[in-house]
Amino acid sequence: MRGFLRRAHERFLRPLLRSLAGVFAPLLKALRNVRVLRALVQGVFLTLLGLLVYWLYTNYRENTEDLRFGYDFFSTTAGFTLSEGIPHDRTDPNWKLFLAGVVNTLRVIGVGIVLASLLGLIAGVARLSRNWLIQRIATVYVETIRNTPLLVQLFFWYTATFLQLPPVRQAVELPGAIFLSQRGLVLPRPYLTEGASLWGTFLWIGLVLGIFVYLARRVHLKRVDRPGAPGLWGFGVLALFAVAGWVAAPVPPVAWEVAELGRFNFRGGMQLSPEFAALLLGLVVYTGAFIAEIVRGGILAVSKGQREAALALGLTGYQTLRRVILPQALRVIVPPVTSQYLNLAKNSSLAVAIGYPDLFNVANTIINKTGREVEMILVIMASYLSLSLLTSLFMNWYNRRIRLVER
Amino acid sequence: MADVPAETRTKPYGGEVLPPPTVRVGPLRWLRENLFSSWWNSALTVGALALLYVVGKGVLTWAVTEANWAVIPASLKLLLVGFYPEEELGRVWAVLYGTVVLLGLSAGLWGGLLREAAVLLGAGVGVLLGGLLLAGWGERGLLGGLLLLLLGGAVVGGWLRARAPVLLLRWGKRVVGGGWLLLPIGAVLLLRGVPGGELWAEVPVARWGGLLLTFSLAVVSIVLCFPLGVLLALGRQSSLPVIRWTCIVYIEIVRGVPLVTVLFMASLMLPLFLPSGWEINKVLRAIAAFTLFTAAYVAENVRGGLQSVPKGQIEAAQALGLGPVLTTLLVVLPQALRAVIPANVGQFIALFKDTSLVFIVPLLDFLGIALDVLENPKWGGPAREMLLFVALVYWFFTYFMSHMSRKLERALGVGER
Repeated sequence: MRGFLRRAHERFLRPLLRSLAGVFAPLLKALRNVRVLRALVQGVFLTLLGLLVYWLYTNYRENTEDLRFGYDFFSTTAGFTLSEGIPHDRTDPNWKLFLAGVVNTLRVIGVGIVLASLLGLIAGVARLSRNWLIQRIATVYVETIRNTPLLVQLFFWYTATFLQLPPVRQAVELPGAIFLSQRGLVLPRPYLTEGASLWGTFLWIGLVLGIFVYLARRVHLKRVDRPGAPGLWGFGVLALFAVAGWVAAPVPPVAWEVAELGRFNFRGGMQLSPEFAALLLGLVVYTGAFIAEIVRGGILAVSKGQREAALALGLTGYQTLRRVILPQALRVIVPPVTSQYLNLAKNSSLAVAIGYPDLFNVANTIINKTGREVEMILVIMASYLSLSLLTSLFMNWYNRRIRLVER
Repeated sequence: MADVPAETRTKPYGGEVLPPPTVRVGPLRWLRENLFSSWWNSALTVGALALLYVVGKGVLTWAVTEANWAVIPASLKLLLVGFYPEEELGRVWAVLYGTVVLLGLSAGLWGGLLREAAVLLGAGVGVLLGGLLLAGWGERGLLGGLLLLLLGGAVVGGWLRARAPVLLLRWGKRVVGGGWLLLPIGAVLLLRGVPGGELWAEVPVARWGGLLLTFSLAVVSIVLCFPLGVLLALGRQSSLPVIRWTCIVYIEIVRGVPLVTVLFMASLMLPLFLPSGWEINKVLRAIAAFTLFTAAYVAENVRGGLQSVPKGQIEAAQALGLGPVLTTLLVVLPQALRAVIPANVGQFIALFKDTSLVFIVPLLDFLGIALDVLENPKWGGPAREMLLFVALVYWFFTYFMSHMSRKLERALGVGER
């Protein structure tokens, strides 16, 4: 019996094991190879990811049996209108309304970024002011605004401020023909008169000459290797022609159209809805507080010695600021301010809470009307992604321009 | 130079080095230096004073004569816990008591920052609720108990630290630390209850609301998003291209879109992409959105920390024979995470503020329920009072957190070592 077992072992089992080992040994050896291992790990990861996506996709197909994925609803009639935006009506296709929403978003972002930068700059400098009172006020502003949710502030500006203003008939009139009421903010609107064509000609000539002077100055400065402000020269020429054209025109080329109180509402002028005004105010005040902190940090980051050295070299106060402090502070300031601009753009989607027809709000309405959630969500995300991308591309370009050129 | 003792400094003229003279500034001189140093400064001061007078007078007159503050105490229960059943409120108190005992004990055991946190939080909550708003003596008693427990915990912890044997102290610290880890899970279990339980009836999360919901959303999302964020950061630094690019795409997409979109997606699309039998309630959807969103930002913070770990550390670990996994776990991550604590606290503060966006889902969190109360015609829309109160509460917690984070940053000495 034992002999049989040994024979069986030697005849069959050992060769079998040996051949198996011959097959598996390279495999085991391969598993210890880093390249193979890396490929394997990535393969497994990719497979799992694919399975997850496939699982989600099958669920989606099951849950939406009769709905087919597609963008044909974009060209069907919308059947609703927006409270403001580029001209449109109920019979326009969905894409046109969505476009109106995009334009509304861009409007808020564009104005918001400019105003928030100004406010942030002022508040940031004020936080470093040697005037105790100003510095305290700026600190209170920054600490209050940064530590409360933006949404609460938006509701405060909209529900508790703009909607509590007096009705149109008792609108508050501020100096400069500005009216504040429940219907929002009404400003005078500039418009062109008959004198505009002559003035326009002057402006064109000024622009061309200005560019010419600017280039000439720049080339000259480069040749003699001296610092200077060629841009100022160019602008000077342009301004000179603008003033001359203004004087030469028979009537002032630009006049202000002041709003008049009609029977139900204001007529004429530049009318900003309470939604737009509240959203803009909220975004500007909120983002301004964050930018203020960045500006403060940027100015503090320039070491004191730099300023003292510049003054010791005989530069004037303005030259010190323009040529020494600002270039160094800006390098620190620009990257975080870029992300604040991006935040402002993204936060503009909170418009949906107070009913301003921005792109998210319009997309939401389209979803409610057509039931195409997935398609519209993809469009929304693509819109915001391209907005973010454009903003950061521009700011990266600016950042490259001002960064320190290292040795 | 700063840490050289004064005695050993070189003495230029043989004598002692005296500290610089302290200048005593009288009030008039202070005014002249800080408010009226130049004509421009004086103009600023006068302008600011005039502005403050006009605004302050307007706000004060409104707050005293016109404002209808009664709406806040009348709807306080709604604001704090939403539609949580009245007879089950004891559980909320129990969670509060548990937290306070833990905080008190930790304040005593570790001292330092934790003690300051306990003092600030105790004082703040005491003033905010006890003094100003609560009419009922029952609640006042409960709040008093809260403060007493905080103090008691601190005393016990302090005694342990000062007097107790080392072994007891060590175990005390372990127990309290474990308590903090278990607190979120325990709190959720206690507040939610068991389905069909007799003693511990289920309170569906749909009935949670107000500040309770805000805190639940924030705490659970913070706890969940942190590990996910660390994984994403590690994935982004990985040398395997497939994993690296997946993480990059995820992080960049999420950071490029507003939180509102992510929330909207979670509330609308999550049910579409899951099997039809799966029921996911709104609170979980919101938590999923917050977690997925904040994880991308945490990942970017952690990546900064990972990049700040010197390469020599990794090479040293490899030289000692540690594999890639152990190198990451034992050498890289501890240093990276320590460096990014302040940035992550900032992220969590942002998350706490952003929980107010759940109106999209929709859920009635602290802000949501405040707006809901305003809809009630009984109050005639006292929007300003309510929103100011809401803002004050948010401000209290957020300012507290950012204050502690600044202290923590200084205590850790990030960027100084």
